[in-house]
Amino acid sequence: MVQPTTAIAPDATGPVIAAKNLDLTFQTNDGPVHALRDVNLTINKGEFVSFIGPSGCGKTTFLRVIAALEHPTGGTITVNGMTPDEARMRRAYGYVFQAAGLYPWRSIEKNIKLPLEIMGFDRAEQDRRVRDVLALVDLEGFGKKFPWQLSGGMQQRASIARALAFDADILLMDEPFGALDEIVRDHLNEQLLTLWARTEKTIGFVTHSIPEAVYLSTKIVVMSPRPGRITDIIDSDLPRERPLDIRDTPEFLAIAHRVREGLRAGHAYED
Amino acid sequence: MSAALTQRPARASWALGGLAAGVLPVMTVLMAIIAIWYGASVMMNRAWTLDQMQRQNIEMTPFEIIAAAMTQERPVLPPPHQVAAEIWNTTVGEPIMRERRGQMQGNPRNLIFHAYHTLWPTILGFGIGGFLGILLAVGIVHSRAMDMSVMPWAIASQTIPILAIAPIIVVVVSNLPVLNAAVDQGWISDDTKLLVPKALISSYLSFFPVVVGMVAGLRSPQTSDLDLMRTYSASPAQTFWKLRLPASVPFLFTSLKVSIAAALVGTIVAELPTGARFGLGARLLTGSYYGQTIQIWSALFMAAICAAALVMILGALERVVLKRMGARP
Repeated sequence: MVQPTTAIAPDATGPVIAAKNLDLTFQTNDGPVHALRDVNLTINKGEFVSFIGPSGCGKTTFLRVIAALEHPTGGTITVNGMTPDEARMRRAYGYVFQAAGLYPWRSIEKNIKLPLEIMGFDRAEQDRRVRDVLALVDLEGFGKKFPWQLSGGMQQRASIARALAFDADILLMDEPFGALDEIVRDHLNEQLLTLWARTEKTIGFVTHSIPEAVYLSTKIVVMSPRPGRITDIIDSDLPRERPLDIRDTPEFLAIAHRVREGLRAGHAYED
Repeated sequence: MSAALTQRPARASWALGGLAAGVLPVMTVLMAIIAIWYGASVMMNRAWTLDQMQRQNIEMTPFEIIAAAMTQERPVLPPPHQVAAEIWNTTVGEPIMRERRGQMQGNPRNLIFHAYHTLWPTILGFGIGGFLGILLAVGIVHSRAMDMSVMPWAIASQTIPILAIAPIIVVVVSNLPVLNAAVDQGWISDDTKLLVPKALISSYLSFFPVVVGMVAGLRSPQTSDLDLMRTYSASPAQTFWKLRLPASVPFLFTSLKVSIAAALVGTIVAELPTGARFGLGARLLTGSYYGQTIQIWSALFMAAICAAALVMILGALERVVLKRMGARP
């Protein structure tokens, strides 16, 4: 049985995630596909980093490389100063997938306990953590429900609670709100910012939406496809306290404009 | 309160409507089957009645011919009421136990006694087959070597006519030293020993649906479900117990229902070529020796009733288990 490891605090001096000249090529029947080429990126503790770009730009692939779900074919990447595989063994990150991916045969409570059971937390600690994270995502009282009894937005919140339960420093989110309607999405974006402020986690967030990326992030990574690469990295100077109507301010629109320009520059229109 | 009272009749009439909507089509189909059966029965039995008429040189009205065709002792196709009467007489109308040579024994004239002798090996064989099927499926899903080597054999095993290998299995198993020793030691009775080959043949038919269903079930989790487990660095055992196994449960029940019906067929077939004295298969065989078509049909119906009962028990168990696993009502 693996002993529960409290997530390792990142080296106070070093970056949380550092990628240098990262390459990833998939060998397919139609020849090699360059999912990532020459990606250089540094993410520091407490940052909220969004990855934005059209399909096939490698944003999800990059997130999966951080999570050690894919392995690069060139270059180096460290997570908390370790290889991604080592970092994963030390429970460095929680991962939220595009679909909530709650196991339908487990109640919400049991779904959140899943990582805790696997990591060997004792019963009392499991119960305590479930209570805490349910409160964190505003789902008190829903622990005994099964996933199908919850709305899509609530399911996604439960899925975030599951990723938070074992208190990893890094939260990786792959288009978590992509399938939700805009009003629910706005609401969850607001909640996510509150949660980030409260937990001080480092967040990597993949999205298709320019307003979402600008609203949430301290750093926006603009990517483009064939080969998947970074075309622009924008450090946002918006205040950390962000009401929804910040999206109508000139500062916000200026950043959104730059993101749009970056996307346009990297996009090949021949197809 | 008053709202509840006013709503009641509405609900009741809705329920009645629902009942009628469910029962009416079923009854219609059942009536149609019985009508066709009677028609076919008269058509097929008429020849013998006409033949008798000619030999005895008597005249009969068409109505009398029909009546005679439905009351023969050895009809080509017995009509429903004759089969129903036979089933009644050989279940309720006969004692299950009888005294013989100063001992109480099962009464071979009783159909329930025969059903009992078929059901036990069926359940035993189903247990063995189901367990083996699950075990093989787990192996196949986790080992590429087993996937490549076991699956073709499992498929090949089902292409062999069971009727052909049943006698071989019976001869081999009956002569197993272990089994004979067990009888000599008094651990098992001779009757129990006869049960073993039947159960084995039954398990031979019943393991296959479970293998196929469970392999599909254990492989049913999506890539993202498996990725989630990888992000937790879960061991293969944890992935099995917490993801693959629970995901496979609906598949398991579906295949178990197919499997238990196959197990019953396996037991009956095992009784045919081996001179079994008891069991529904034996009953079918003696019926066909002596041209007792009514007896054959009643044994067939008993087998169908047994199969339906077994499948329904599994269905009820499935509902309970899936409800506990959070399935939508």
